[in-house]
Amino acid sequence: MKLFKQDYHRIAGLSALMLISALLFLFMDIQGSLSYALPRRFWMLMTIMIVGISSGIATLLFHTITHNRILTPAVMGFESLYILIKTALVFWLGSSFNWFGSTILKFAVESSIMLGFVLMLYRGLFQKTEDLHRLLLIGIIFGVLFASISTLLQRILEPAEFDILQGRLFAKLTLPDPSLILLCLGLMSVLIGITWRQRYLFDVIALGRTQALSLGIDHSKAVTKILILVSVFVAISTALIGPLTFLGFLAATLAYQLTHNHKHYLLIPMAGLLGCIFLVAGQVILEHLMGMAGALTIVIEFIGGILFLTLLMKKGRL
Amino acid sequence: MIEVQNLSKSYQGNNVLENINVKFERGGITAIVGGNGAGKSTLLSIISQLEEADTGHVLFDGQNIGSISRELLAKHLSILRQDNHLVGRLTVRDLVSFGRYPYSKGRLTQEDQNHVDTALRFLDLESLQHRYLDALSGGQRQRAFVAMVMCQDTDYVLLDEPLNNLDMKHSVAMMKMIRRLADEQNRTVLIVIHDINFAAAYADRILALKQGKLICHDCPKTIMNSETLELIFDTPVKVEEHDGRPLAVYYR
Repeated sequence: MKLFKQDYHRIAGLSALMLISALLFLFMDIQGSLSYALPRRFWMLMTIMIVGISSGIATLLFHTITHNRILTPAVMGFESLYILIKTALVFWLGSSFNWFGSTILKFAVESSIMLGFVLMLYRGLFQKTEDLHRLLLIGIIFGVLFASISTLLQRILEPAEFDILQGRLFAKLTLPDPSLILLCLGLMSVLIGITWRQRYLFDVIALGRTQALSLGIDHSKAVTKILILVSVFVAISTALIGPLTFLGFLAATLAYQLTHNHKHYLLIPMAGLLGCIFLVAGQVILEHLMGMAGALTIVIEFIGGILFLTLLMKKGRL
Repeated sequence: MIEVQNLSKSYQGNNVLENINVKFERGGITAIVGGNGAGKSTLLSIISQLEEADTGHVLFDGQNIGSISRELLAKHLSILRQDNHLVGRLTVRDLVSFGRYPYSKGRLTQEDQNHVDTALRFLDLESLQHRYLDALSGGQRQRAFVAMVMCQDTDYVLLDEPLNNLDMKHSVAMMKMIRRLADEQNRTVLIVIHDINFAAAYADRILALKQGKLICHDCPKTIMNSETLELIFDTPVKVEEHDGRPLAVYYR
């Protein structure tokens, strides 16, 4: 019973840590005109918080349906798929196509296409196959396939268009359009609301297909539901910053380590907070303490990648 | 009553079940026996809707079981399969509490807690209830899963090899517990079991399968003779009388 309390304390501790890093992010070394710097930092903070939370929860939910702790949406090719969709849209519509001036429309179209493809390609896969290595292989093949088609399309593009596209695809912390940030924030809040309401269902899904069916759950419907949630979460984080393969993996893996009781009402806040802290605190440390702005994504990918390989070597046991 | 009609199932051209017709009356224990690959587990899986039959159907109290929603079925029929591995870290009590999901959808009421307590007591797990499952022995974990199924409070309980991983003492305790489930709580239990002597000692009826075909479905006294057993298991069996009960001897 003591351990349960410890889980709550840890969530409280992480929340405090997140708050402190957010404040540091906003006010540390602030120079010049506050009215210019503060809003800029504020929107930046919003962006990376949304990305951190979305990646953490998306990976957690993904682990829940796949019954393992290795696969992530990114490893399964979700992000490459999103990038392929972006590239294909530029390819066919041209970079000058301005979506009637609406970033929101563009995002809506991109994520709807993404949703359709994810359901079409992956739904059957997670209902039948339980073999981790086969799933991993299929995921990697999908990822490479999507990435190669993107590359092909990019080669055919005119150099000027390619240049613009390239700027949009790299994982980087530049300031997106505030209206897109607000849209993503709203969308993410809705998704988190849905996720939270289903937390007990997710606990049962995590027991495995047979147990879930035996306990009266329509498993294939639940898998579809989770895949929809995951693809929109991925669309949000990829649209705002770009592909961050291992951020969600880091957050979810650490969430399991820090939680004694693997129930979703504890894991969901834990994974969201950790994803957020990694990005915000990491950015503060790199930018202000080590003086290397912008390299955060690389550091996260590096650490996350090593952790991923280590776990894979241990056959997914943790 | 569960009625299986003309049931057939094949995997990649191999017939696992061939035209099975059988009725399971309400009450008592039915042991399903047969050699490896006889189709025992598949039969349980199809009855509990974990797998679909190729042809034929299963009637539950006269109604086609496929037309009953899973949510409703989970309150009347529960199943425990052999391969129960968990990814997450859970305590015994957490796992057992999942048995109440069909009723409370995760928000446990006092009544649910009482059911959990009863199941834990029934399986002698009270002292282990706050231990994590990954820190338990295979047998203890097996008992925790059975407690979960018991907690589901269904009329029909389907157990696929519940004696897996259990030592002698716990096998006997498990069979006694299953007997009490049937006698005291009036549940109908279908269990897949390998040890024919356990089946004969505790079950009310024995159903024997061989290569997907139904060989017999009768009371243990009728089945426990060397002729029938040799037909079922394809190995020499002697049946001797012990304490007024038949005992199959097949070790040498």
